[in-house]
Amino acid sequence: MSFQAFVFYVLSAILVFAGVRVITAKNPVHAALFLVLAFFTASGHWLLLQSEFLAISLVLVYVGAVMVLFLFVVMMLDIDFEQLREGFWRNLPVAGTVAAIMVAEMVLILTSPESNLNGFKEPAALAADYSNVKDLGRQIYTTYLYPFELAAVLLLLAIVAAIALTMRKRKDTKWVDPAEQVKVRRNDRVRMIQMAAEPRVEDRGGDTNNDNAAA
Amino acid sequence: MSWADLNLMPALPEIFLLSAVSVILVLDLFLSDKQRGITYLLSLLSLIGCAVITLTTSQPFPELTFSGMFVDDPMADLAKVGMYVAMGATLVYSRQYIADRGFYRGEFFTLSLFMLLGMMVMVSAHHFLTLYIGLELMSLALYALVALRRDSTQATEAAMKYFVLGALASGMLLYGMSMVYGATGSLDIGKIAAALTNGSANMSLAMFGLVFIVAGLAFKLGAVPFHMWVPDVYQGAPTAVTLLIGGAPKLAAFVFVVRILSQGLEPLVSQWQGMLVILAVLSMAIGNITAIAQTNLKRMLAYSTISHMGFLVLGILAGTPAGLSASLFYAVVYVLMSLAGFGVLLLLSRAGVDCETLDDLKGLNRKNSWYAFLMLVVMFSMAGIPPMVGFNAKLAVLKSVVDIGLIWLAVVGVVFSLIGAFYYLRVVKVMYFDEATDAEPVSQVGMDMRVLLSVNAIALLVLGIVPDGLYSVCVEAMKQSLQVL
Repeated sequence: MSFQAFVFYVLSAILVFAGVRVITAKNPVHAALFLVLAFFTASGHWLLLQSEFLAISLVLVYVGAVMVLFLFVVMMLDIDFEQLREGFWRNLPVAGTVAAIMVAEMVLILTSPESNLNGFKEPAALAADYSNVKDLGRQIYTTYLYPFELAAVLLLLAIVAAIALTMRKRKDTKWVDPAEQVKVRRNDRVRMIQMAAEPRVEDRGGDTNNDNAAA
Repeated sequence: MSWADLNLMPALPEIFLLSAVSVILVLDLFLSDKQRGITYLLSLLSLIGCAVITLTTSQPFPELTFSGMFVDDPMADLAKVGMYVAMGATLVYSRQYIADRGFYRGEFFTLSLFMLLGMMVMVSAHHFLTLYIGLELMSLALYALVALRRDSTQATEAAMKYFVLGALASGMLLYGMSMVYGATGSLDIGKIAAALTNGSANMSLAMFGLVFIVAGLAFKLGAVPFHMWVPDVYQGAPTAVTLLIGGAPKLAAFVFVVRILSQGLEPLVSQWQGMLVILAVLSMAIGNITAIAQTNLKRMLAYSTISHMGFLVLGILAGTPAGLSASLFYAVVYVLMSLAGFGVLLLLSRAGVDCETLDDLKGLNRKNSWYAFLMLVVMFSMAGIPPMVGFNAKLAVLKSVVDIGLIWLAVVGVVFSLIGAFYYLRVVKVMYFDEATDAEPVSQVGMDMRVLLSVNAIALLVLGIVPDGLYSVCVEAMKQSLQVL
């Protein structure tokens, strides 16, 4: 067994273990951390395939951003995970059937002579100084410059549309201009007035009760 | 490829428009509500700028740039100029309407210009990737525009329906495109056509992809049986936005279909012809017959759109240069009719009251005989009654179908346009022979809108009497653009 194959099997074993623990871990924080482990091991697979850019972006985007956000949500929201897990055994037969069908489909497609997987040659190993990132960058900024720029325009449009649909001046808004708030003086808010004292009224509580009953 | 090879000239209108939108977007932040007219004028100015650039850089032959992803040919130029005119007219017609309804805001203009940019990308695309991104750019802006009037539940519902069904259609289109990519190994329109011709492509896979592509395109065109969203969106959207949807996008959608079917998948013409025949017959039948039952004008015009799309498809399915030119002519004429038709509805809408139902048009001739006459011209043109230009458009399309030997199809087209004439003439009858239900005078609108609307409607009459100029432009543009690159 070559060293690469050895690394592949070790990474795969960790990946499968982490994947199983994601759905079996009792503590949601543990499950999220196992998912981080799964992503990290999968990026090891990308490295084995000489796709270092995908490996790095998987860690940066999914581990660095998505999972951290997810952990925040899990920790901040008080979700009763026992309740969510309740239907596990009841739904197991259906889920198992779906999974079995999917596995059968994949086996059929992969082993079918129509898809002819053996016809695809193993990609030639890349030179040691070959840079994936450089190549991707060059492609994006030359051949695919036009769609790349258009994708940027699409994002700009999405921002404009989202703001146009959600932001408007509401009458009941509680927003205060901080500058106005700082500039406020005592005389703007408080008015001193002199009032004559009210004469005391007897048996007030009874009156209000009667009023309520009448209303 | 190096930077020195990059030829930006063909894409100059797009680059100009994007810069203009960005400037307007930022400038609008510093304007108060009273100064919104500046945004409006700048939007119109950028349309004029685009038109000047497109016309001065126009060449009588196709030119590729951006690694073959962008094409500048006479068909694209013609469609772009048509779209500038349509957008300009739409902005002029809608100004009073949106001001009365509280969404006279900068976003209406920037989103409209983004939509125009998406359509320009669509008509100039020579690659499935750019075709798709252009389509999404246009659709995304339209979804937001439909929902822009948020206090109206009808508009929100329409936007939701449009968004969900539009996403579904995009998904189908993408799935079909990915199949074609699998079959031919390329996303470039010229290379796809070459691979399908020289037999290096997997034909069964390409056919599979074709079915999904046609379904996705039919969704976007609003052809039966993928038309369900059209009436709801037309009726639910504010009339100004309905005009946006019903005008320029039809021209863009036509060129989009031509790029995919008549250029990329041209070798499969015998396969997609049959599918388009079904779409055309069903669209003409259901569009025209269902429109009879409508009392809401916007809904009626939506069904009329569906039937017009059926006619448009007739020319495409002929697959001949003559058929495609006839369809291009039809698309241009339809956009003019649609602009004038919805323009009159916008004109008759007052603050707080939308002119939407047949009853609102009752006795229009007594109130304002000129507006009634303009609506009469539009309705006659849509019904295809000479001497309006709608007749010439229908004639050209039917002739191309007869030329390829599908006489029965032409007969079906004629029969259904006869049925359709009923509901167009009913509008005329209501305007001229019914008594008005209210004594409200017709609202006063700006001179610019009245003049432009009159020119728009009279153009239908003038073009109907001398259609040769516009028609030969369409024929010439199509002839130059159909060569395989």
